[in-house]
Amino acid sequence: MILCCVGCTLIALVPLLLITTQLVQRGWEAFTPALFTALPRPVGESGGGMANAFVGSGLILLLAAGIGIPLGIGGGLFLAHTRSTRLAAWVRFAADLQSGTPSIVTGIFVYALCVTTLGHFSGLAGGIALGLIMIPLVLRTTEEMLRLVPREVREGAIALGIPYWRVMCSVVLRAARSGIVTGILLSLARIAGETAPLLFTTLGNPNWSFDPLQPLAALPLQIFTYAISPFAAWQRQAWAGALALIGFVLLLNLGTRICFRTSSSAGDKP
Amino acid sequence: MFRGTDRLFIRLIGCAALSAIGVQLAMALFLGHGAFPILAHAGWGFLTDSVWNPVLDHFGALPILYGTVLSALLALCLAAPLGFGIAIFLAELAPRWLRAVVGPLVELLAAIPSVIYGLWGIFVLIPWLRDSGEPHLIRALGFLPLFRGPAYGIGLFAAGVILAIMILPIITALSRDVLLAVPNTQREAALALGATRWEMIRIAVLRYGRSGLLGAVFLGLGRALGETMAVTMVIGNRPDITASLFAPAQTMASLLANEFAEATGELHRSALFAVGLLLFVVTLGINALARVMVHRLVPQRRSVA
Repeated sequence: MILCCVGCTLIALVPLLLITTQLVQRGWEAFTPALFTALPRPVGESGGGMANAFVGSGLILLLAAGIGIPLGIGGGLFLAHTRSTRLAAWVRFAADLQSGTPSIVTGIFVYALCVTTLGHFSGLAGGIALGLIMIPLVLRTTEEMLRLVPREVREGAIALGIPYWRVMCSVVLRAARSGIVTGILLSLARIAGETAPLLFTTLGNPNWSFDPLQPLAALPLQIFTYAISPFAAWQRQAWAGALALIGFVLLLNLGTRICFRTSSSAGDKP
Repeated sequence: MFRGTDRLFIRLIGCAALSAIGVQLAMALFLGHGAFPILAHAGWGFLTDSVWNPVLDHFGALPILYGTVLSALLALCLAAPLGFGIAIFLAELAPRWLRAVVGPLVELLAAIPSVIYGLWGIFVLIPWLRDSGEPHLIRALGFLPLFRGPAYGIGLFAAGVILAIMILPIITALSRDVLLAVPNTQREAALALGATRWEMIRIAVLRYGRSGLLGAVFLGLGRALGETMAVTMVIGNRPDITASLFAPAQTMASLLANEFAEATGELHRSALFAVGLLLFVVTLGINALARVMVHRLVPQRRSVA
């Protein structure tokens, strides 16, 4: 039985190994500077890159961060403020449910909310969709991190006569800063690869696009389009784009895990 | 104690917190509003009709439900035993240093974006399934209708395999936390009665953590039902009901990914909203159930990212 459990663990690591080695192997070929600086070329012409997608993804992530971080941290502060009321429990529950809601459903919601009212697809709508996905992730980590700040810190600051809002923002938030930053980075890594909600909010764009009120290009969307296309040159670029994307995601994941060893100790036996 | 700016501050963070509840309510409202025309038009027939044909404005969701349920169940059958095995290994058997290495490695599987799983599925998994995986299965298990038919590579089976890989880290992480939350006195009592190590795990740990483990499976199920890109890229996207696991199919999420941006007719769009609403309600219910089951054993836990 013990061997069986070890076997399970080994089996689980096989796909991780297969996917990363395949990505490096197949993505390396098209992983050139042009990938980051050139625009896509029409079918039949070789070369070209995905620069527009990197720029578009960056813009969308900025928009999402602008929505997700303040609302997430605010919500986390509120939960730290009213720890165990019924309202706090509902907020916590709703955040958990939101993080379990399929991202494509969030996409449809933003379509109904934003695309139909504006009348056209836009990068802004994509940013809102990703921001909504980000809120519960930031909210829950903020709450967990604020929970770790000792009561005495807060009480001491209040005893000095500092207004409550300054205590929360300058003292308590600052004490939990590194953990909250970790949470934000991990949530960014999580939404950077989200594709489904962008399909009918951002739509994608094969040209340079900087206007968030118009359809924007996005890296995951471009990978998707290229992957299901029948052209070998595009498929190679899809692999290269995927290599860049996973490099970004895994770096953020591993980097934050190594820098702040908060998450690995949380699951240990008492 | 609270005056002026403090009150404003509390109101502000209160609004931020309420937005979490507001988004869920607004989602239900908007999706329900969008789904209303088709539900008024077709009623319950929408769920029981087995023809989905946008060209003729005929919308029956049964084949899509079938594909969704079957692919998710297949993923669970593959991922749940593996996940439990890893959780037992991590919680009971592995030395501390190994646990600190393997746990995060398995969780990295959750960090790989869905679209990359899809890419890998198209170019690596599907050719392999078509040329060696599925023919072997057909030869070995072909006496069951589930394992008959031509091996296309794309189809329900490929979707199930990819979904299994994708939900494995969630099931593993949660069941590990459930097992770690089992009090040590349970283990000691079993050992004192003369149980071997495996008997101790089976009697004292797994049985004690039963509902939490079931909760972990449900959470994996919720994730599998809603997973979109990878499934869209490998499942074949044909809303048919076929007995064979190797046939192309369609899930709720992949249907939305395929048709939503191109839906033009009022009724077509409404039917897609109805599918979205159904997906929303089903995952909401499953997730709520899972949270309750896990929280009973593990009172406070960071949400699985």
